[in-house]
Amino acid sequence: MTANVVNILMSGVFHAAILFLVSAGLQLVFGVQKIFNLACGSFYALGAYVGVSAVSAFVGAGGSPVLFILPLAVAGLAVGAVGLVVERGLLRFVYDRDETFQLLLTFALVLMMEDAIRLTWGTAPRSTAGYYLLYGQARLLGAVIPVYNLIVIAASVAIAAGLGYMLTRTAFGRIIRAAADNREMAEALGVDMRGVYARVFTLGTALGTLGGALVIPATAAMSEMGIELIVEAFAVVVIGGLGSMRGALVGALVVGVLRAVAISVYPEVEMLLIYLIVIAVLLLRPRGLFGGAAA
Amino acid sequence: MRGRVVLGLALLGLLALPLLLSPYRLLLMLPFMAYGVILLGLNLLFGYTGLVSFGHALFVGIGAYTGAFLTGHAGIRSLEVIVLVAAILGALAAAVVGLLCVRYVKIYFGMLTLAFGMVFYTFLLKFYRLTGGDEGMPVLRPRLLGLDLDAMPKTDYLVGPYYYYCLGVLIVAAAVMWRIVHSPFGLCLRTIRDNPAKAEALGVSVTRYRWYAFVISAVFAAVGGALLGPPTGNVDPTLAYWTHSGSLVFMALLGGFASFFGPVLGAFVFIFLQDAVMSVVPYWRLVFGAILAAIVIFAPAGLMGLFAGRRRPVEVSRT
Repeated sequence: MTANVVNILMSGVFHAAILFLVSAGLQLVFGVQKIFNLACGSFYALGAYVGVSAVSAFVGAGGSPVLFILPLAVAGLAVGAVGLVVERGLLRFVYDRDETFQLLLTFALVLMMEDAIRLTWGTAPRSTAGYYLLYGQARLLGAVIPVYNLIVIAASVAIAAGLGYMLTRTAFGRIIRAAADNREMAEALGVDMRGVYARVFTLGTALGTLGGALVIPATAAMSEMGIELIVEAFAVVVIGGLGSMRGALVGALVVGVLRAVAISVYPEVEMLLIYLIVIAVLLLRPRGLFGGAAA
Repeated sequence: MRGRVVLGLALLGLLALPLLLSPYRLLLMLPFMAYGVILLGLNLLFGYTGLVSFGHALFVGIGAYTGAFLTGHAGIRSLEVIVLVAAILGALAAAVVGLLCVRYVKIYFGMLTLAFGMVFYTFLLKFYRLTGGDEGMPVLRPRLLGLDLDAMPKTDYLVGPYYYYCLGVLIVAAAVMWRIVHSPFGLCLRTIRDNPAKAEALGVSVTRYRWYAFVISAVFAAVGGALLGPPTGNVDPTLAYWTHSGSLVFMALLGGFASFFGPVLGAFVFIFLQDAVMSVVPYWRLVFGAILAAIVIFAPAGLMGLFAGRRRPVEVSRT
């Protein structure tokens, strides 16, 4: 019984760790640029595919499979550079437009990236199966948990702490918060918003692609994974509150754990339960649990 | 005047098409007309009231599944009854969902509608005993105006009687919507879009009017959804998926949501362009995503805006 509960909880927390990375990217971009990036799920899918390719290339080149997590994480972060291309090439043209157009532009990205991924990697699922349990399994209160999951959870916690440190203690973090709070004032005080937007969007994208890369040993990369994840990330930010980092953390835990519980107890209601909570939160606390806070 | 001539010619063309086009192209006209009805409704919300729904596919799904349930389980084959029931169910669902959604605007409205759409999608997907899960449900051939046309070959039925039936529904829908947007009610909606505070001060109950618009647009979506099923003979949950909602907004933007017929034109171009692209490469999303991005950046007034040569500039800046 305990073992079962621990198992479910830990798989929920693992999923939450991934969800947090993607949602944190979504929150950062929304907080500063006021753009709700529907394509964050597509970046996640891109990270997953690039991760698979990087690991196969690494092992193919004679790298030790035990070290597979290195190329995985590096590739996941590096492909975040796509964010810079998207920001400079597309998004910057619509900053002064109504948010409908911004939303639709990110939807255009969703469409393009889904097919770009199919074009590059084909339609069959890609996976690095076999490496998942390479680090062995840990026993916790009778439950057996892959050590890889624990590594990802630890990495996600470290990234959360790093983001928190960056936002509250560094000059760049202060600029981000100022820009989120009042763009014109920040600009009047001499902040180069072009540079801030480019960096923020790239950072947000890199969080999403890293999330996708890290999930990959545990599951296969599929072209639909992006548009499926966006609705979960969307649930996270609604529950946590749009634009709030703490909200992303709490929201990810709520969605991740609830999803794991629902899957094991009553699979039919899996996502139904999440959406009903989203609706309840939107109706009772439209700003979410931690809404209103900047970035 | 010029508008009337164009409209008259378009109407004549639509009536004469079954004599001119190949059955293959005529079969493409069927989803166009269904989407035309849906888009007329969506634009009451999007273009005239200023609310962007990312969950409108919910009502399309309700309409489509109504057809499947009635023809499959209830033995009701009359398309008039199907359309009527779809409209009623769409209105009922929208009355409840709208009550909760119209209190919010902008991104919150979009997110809430998306969440409701996904609730329905998940329901369709997971309760497979009732809905057939991801395989969906078959839609049996409906009777038109009480006529039993089961003996006709399928293509003859679709490009003949069914074509004119859909055209009739589209014309009626357009006439009704034209009356709605040119009534004092439609004027109120535009006031709400442009300046909700002023509308409220003038005595227009903003949330109530938004709710009316939401319900009306859902009725159009459900009716259009009911017409979508018979040509393919099948309905599946992707009809209610959020990307389908996104495609609907895409069509509206493509044609130009600032004009009455813009979204209908958008549906037409979307359907035929999709077919043309898919006959060359399977990656239509790549092409369409690029088109959408180009429209958003360079031509926010859509095709109608390009034709009109920016006669009436649309308000696209952040308010």
